[in-house]
Amino acid sequence: MQIQPILAALRRHRLATLLIAMEIALACAVLCNAAFLIATRWQQARIHSGVDEASLAVLTLEGYDPAHAVDLNARVLAGLRAIPGLQSASVINAVPFGQHAGTAGITTDAAGQHFGGVVDFYAGGPGSFEALGVKVVAGQAPAPEAYQRPMHSFLPDDATVLVTSALADHLWPGGDPLGKEFWVGRFHFRVGGVLDHLMRQRGGEGGPATAEWSVFVPAPPGEQLVGRYLIRAKPAQLSGVLRDARAAMAKVAPDAVVDLANSQTVSDLREDYFRRDRTMSRLLLGVIAALLLVTALGIVGLASFWVQQRRRQIGVRRALGATRGDILRYFQTENFLIVTLGVLLGAAGAYAMNLALMQRFELSHLPAVYLLVAAVVLWSLGQLAVLGPALRAAAVPPVVATRSV
Amino acid sequence: MFAYYLDLALRSLKRNKVLTALMVLAIAVGIGASMTTLTVMHLLSGDPLPGRSGQIFYPQVDPYPTPDPRHQPWDMMDYRSATDLWSAHRADRQALVTGSALRLTAPGVNLPPLMVQMLATTSDFFPMFRVPFRYGNAWTAQDDASRARVVVISDALNRKLFGGANSVGRTLRLKDTDVRIVGVLAPWRPSPQFYDVAGGRFAGGDTSAFYSKPEDVFAPFASALEINDGGFQPFTCWQPPEEGVKLQNAPCVWVALWVQLDSAAKVADYRRFLAGYAQQQKALGRFAQADNTRMPGLMAWLDFNHVVPSDVRLQSWLALAFLLICLFNMVGLLLAKFLRRAGEIGVRRALGASHRAIFAQCLVEAGLIGLLGGVGGWLLTLVGLWLVRSQPVEYADLVHLDLSMFALTFVLAVAASLLAGLLPALRAARVAPALQLKAG
Repeated sequence: MQIQPILAALRRHRLATLLIAMEIALACAVLCNAAFLIATRWQQARIHSGVDEASLAVLTLEGYDPAHAVDLNARVLAGLRAIPGLQSASVINAVPFGQHAGTAGITTDAAGQHFGGVVDFYAGGPGSFEALGVKVVAGQAPAPEAYQRPMHSFLPDDATVLVTSALADHLWPGGDPLGKEFWVGRFHFRVGGVLDHLMRQRGGEGGPATAEWSVFVPAPPGEQLVGRYLIRAKPAQLSGVLRDARAAMAKVAPDAVVDLANSQTVSDLREDYFRRDRTMSRLLLGVIAALLLVTALGIVGLASFWVQQRRRQIGVRRALGATRGDILRYFQTENFLIVTLGVLLGAAGAYAMNLALMQRFELSHLPAVYLLVAAVVLWSLGQLAVLGPALRAAAVPPVVATRSV
Repeated sequence: MFAYYLDLALRSLKRNKVLTALMVLAIAVGIGASMTTLTVMHLLSGDPLPGRSGQIFYPQVDPYPTPDPRHQPWDMMDYRSATDLWSAHRADRQALVTGSALRLTAPGVNLPPLMVQMLATTSDFFPMFRVPFRYGNAWTAQDDASRARVVVISDALNRKLFGGANSVGRTLRLKDTDVRIVGVLAPWRPSPQFYDVAGGRFAGGDTSAFYSKPEDVFAPFASALEINDGGFQPFTCWQPPEEGVKLQNAPCVWVALWVQLDSAAKVADYRRFLAGYAQQQKALGRFAQADNTRMPGLMAWLDFNHVVPSDVRLQSWLALAFLLICLFNMVGLLLAKFLRRAGEIGVRRALGASHRAIFAQCLVEAGLIGLLGGVGGWLLTLVGLWLVRSQPVEYADLVHLDLSMFALTFVLAVAASLLAGLLPALRAARVAPALQLKAG
């Protein structure tokens, strides 16, 4: 197959060639970035919360009088423990993907000079740590007596806590975190254990890198720790247990109102948490599909026009001995060249668009593999789109050459 | 002449139905996608108080007690600063604002207790923000001062509790306090719920919560603080509050102040007043930064908080890129369409039609395709908006196609196709008559 005559023909149709190449370039740029956005969001939605999501649910009460907190906690826990199928019930201030509570900035010195970042505190009563199912990779799980340190505002002072390995690496890179100390204002904490994973309640404020900056603090239920209960049951029974738990509240806690939106299984909370990302991904997929369709339509339209315009020339070539295959390949090669031009232009466009997106939205650099995949997709799309018109061109009989138009 | 061109255009479109359909479809899809996102953008980024927003300001001071030149004022104020500024009454109107949730029961109504959002504010709130009333009125400044147990409720709550009847004078129980209803709002749905906007820059782009519905209960500021004592949450605290300390005295920010200033001179005056207040507080040792006062206008404050969710902005960019692709596509197809008729154009030119006439004729045809695409685009926009409405987002109920966006759909469609037709029409107008006649 000679490329020379094709290039010569394209040079005579510079404008149309350039137009279709520009369309493909834009499509390539949008395709790469949309696919990258989808992949980024999909990646984020796969984050490991560190807890036994399938076995956990949370029940949230509102509207009670904080003065009756101890009594309310006792009534609710007793009421929950009477539900068949329930494995454990405990008091906790928050769960991953749930309403956030206990977010505070920490410092690694008592004077408050070395800021360590903003982290989420999980304050849980007896039984909550075991129920969460988080994995301890160093140090120890909280001892029973650790749950008795009195609370000050929302945290107990001088507590021995567990931090995630992500937070430990951030605060004390390379060092052994066990026994290290940190402060929230004048409240002091000592690291007694390291967790492999525990996601922050609503993700990280500083992007994905901070998503696991969490601390678990054993705490006594009471006026500062009331109203949210962690329920654990076998995954198959969990939704039934949660339903019974919501219903039981009318009897055991008539002075409170069940906050239904925040009384869900952790799996459902996770669904809700990533709903925005799923919607956006679906939308982007729709855009990609429509984009490919429109691009294909453009190729079909222009290729049909060229085939019709060149009927005589095709007839002449056929009369001079070109086979159907030669004609078919001519149009296929022509299309391949145009798409290649488009992809080359599109690569630059994709990076420019990526840079613009990075400025406005939280996004990283576009990996080159997306360009490669987009190129393959567009080449295939071009070949598919041109096939119809090219076959029609190949079907032009040689006798056309002898007829005057 | 236009009628003749239109007739020619219609004939030409009918002659090649597939190519016509392709072009109309391309324009319709492009217009549908971009108008869907533009409509959402338009609804979310609009002015929530048209005609008034220019006079509304959001004063900020910095109560941080540690000297730190990089420190910015927080998004809300501490109780003391906010109430000091409010009680000075230096603006034409001023309202304190802070929200909280509490339990509500309605005596004599057979409904279980429910949790409602209560806005603690002052009487100027209603005239300042042009809040419409269905029954009764706002409370008075006197009620603010005397901590009267009165409330204004939303239309939605009035429907839920009283079936929409005039409930002025009836009693509600908020937590443990009986309050009297003095006013019922007409349906009111500002977009965004601007007076509660704060902390947008920490939201990571997920700001759709700013478009939720207004609170169900509005109560005088001082009364609300007593009714729901302990139920208010701080926006943030610069150090952990001591135990047993009321939020009013805690090192926390949680109250916002809105002021209405009717002239530029008054705005300048108020800025001076604000700076003076900060100076005075620094002299008293309460503030460390005296020159750190701000007073953005309403729209500037909304911008600062990036109220339009980043996904919506991203979608708009995408849709525009998509429309551009559809346009390129259309240019290519129109070029094919016009040049295919080179013979016909040659005949017209030979019979005396000018360059300009051919150009006009081609543009009329392009415009007609645009108009047809506009109809398709309008239908696709309706489908797109229906899809947006079915999403579980706070602003779903706000989404509709208003008259201006309906008109813009067609303007954009026709303008886009005329633009796309420009180049092919120029090409067609350059067709030399003799060459085509010979070839024919």
